[in-house]
Amino acid sequence: MHQNRTLTDGGWKSRAVIKKILLSRWTKALLFAACLIPLLNLGWRAWNQDLTANPIEYITHKTGDWTIRFLMITLTVTPLRLLLHEPQLVRFRRMLGLFAFFYASLHFSVWFCLDKFFDFSEMGKDILKRPFITIGMAALLMLIPLAVTSTNGWVRRLGYKRWQRLHRLVYLIALLGVIHYYWLVKSDVRLPLMYGAIWAVLMVPRGVEWLRKRSRSTATVAG
Amino acid sequence: MNAMIIRKSPSLRYSDVTPKQIYLSRRGFLAAGSVVLASPFTALADTKLTPASKSPLSTDEKITPLELATHYNNYYEFGTGKEDPGKNAPGKLERVRPWTVSVEGEISKPRTLDLDEVMKIAPLEERIYRHRCVERWSMVFPWIGFPLSALLKQFEPTGKAKYVAFQSYHDSKTELGSFAAGIDFPYVEGLRMDEAMHPLTLLVVGMYGETLPDQNGAPLRLAVPWKYGYKSIKSIVKIKFVEKEPPTTWNRAASNEYGFYSNVNPEVDHPRWSQAKERRLPDLLPRNTIKFNGYGDQVASLYTGMDLRKNH
Repeated sequence: MHQNRTLTDGGWKSRAVIKKILLSRWTKALLFAACLIPLLNLGWRAWNQDLTANPIEYITHKTGDWTIRFLMITLTVTPLRLLLHEPQLVRFRRMLGLFAFFYASLHFSVWFCLDKFFDFSEMGKDILKRPFITIGMAALLMLIPLAVTSTNGWVRRLGYKRWQRLHRLVYLIALLGVIHYYWLVKSDVRLPLMYGAIWAVLMVPRGVEWLRKRSRSTATVAG
Repeated sequence: MNAMIIRKSPSLRYSDVTPKQIYLSRRGFLAAGSVVLASPFTALADTKLTPASKSPLSTDEKITPLELATHYNNYYEFGTGKEDPGKNAPGKLERVRPWTVSVEGEISKPRTLDLDEVMKIAPLEERIYRHRCVERWSMVFPWIGFPLSALLKQFEPTGKAKYVAFQSYHDSKTELGSFAAGIDFPYVEGLRMDEAMHPLTLLVVGMYGETLPDQNGAPLRLAVPWKYGYKSIKSIVKIKFVEKEPPTTWNRAASNEYGFYSNVNPEVDHPRWSQAKERRLPDLLPRNTIKFNGYGDQVASLYTGMDLRKNH
């Protein structure tokens, strides 16, 4: 795959080492553990009664923060893979995406159980009346089919093309997450804008790819 | 100062449970800052205040622990996170001496008051008030101060004085800028004249038996207990008698979300959340919010005939 480049022996060797690390079972296990750190941190703080004066708000915000971060990290995998010429990176994408779903579910559960106290009618009213909750809820619901069809079995069942089309829904989900955050804050929009900018940057390679494919197909038609 | 030697009161003071850090950071500053030492107000900086009297207007509800009251604040000039003011504010306002308050506008003799003069206007009293934030949390503060009316009565308003406008201190060098905070600085607030003159409206100089900590709006702030917290403007430097309803910071930032009156009202939702309940920190379970924050008996008559949904 690197035919056009002249690489020194050392270069090849380090490539091989990186490949070995990426393929190692341990790397995946380590990453899995790392993804649990935010949850462990919350647990540790709860144990030490260090969840600020308003623990429920704190937990809600932290799980929300990590949902949007994991969505952005998941969206980074493909551009990074192309940039570094390391296709093996894709091995981690499913896990990262599932962690986004995991933290989103926690985010929702904390809100529903501790803020709404299992009151379905209150929850329903909020979802209908508050636009930021409406789209947050929509984003969470859209994550469910992606989580369900994240297995190899489902890729086969759907066929890769169709599976890929379905999973592009994550672009919209991440954008809804950004808007959800933007509408939630009172006035300091710096962080939501930052996530919006990250989202836009991550969409650039996708846009380029889409334009390239389109011009190729129109070229074929014209030809 | 002599309290270290002559302990008059054997009971536990609020400051006995104050985290060491706050005091250390202030003491460190006092030691370093000759400006502060030169100020005539030094004796009052971070010292006990002895209110002359308890007030019948106080609630007997449980007072919020001092640790929470000083480490969970909205004071956007020192950061937009609730933990930020407790970290960033201490020492910053204390060094602003002499502190002066300019009283101007529709009055016969505009004048600038020094903080020492303000402190002598009326006897200090302790008022334990509920404090309801628009964000659905609440606390109970033992404020020390005197009715704002005592200060306002010292001036002769012209016939045009219908409202009172307030302005906070702002120093863009040591505080957050408007761009980062997302609201305009200096922070401004206002009250209708009858609200400003109401006996519940307190001009606050201390809390928990001491002068105000910087993160709580030192050295001079308002406590308007039947309104959402942002009406109780902090670190006041200007009081102006005006004819027309003055602009207020949060209303300018989002007029559909924050009205001029901002009376606590469980029946009128914030566009993004219901105001029916609140969390009395550090409680976990929410409780019902009471109209006018439970001060309806005293203040509801101010708004007779007004549509409180329209004038939210």
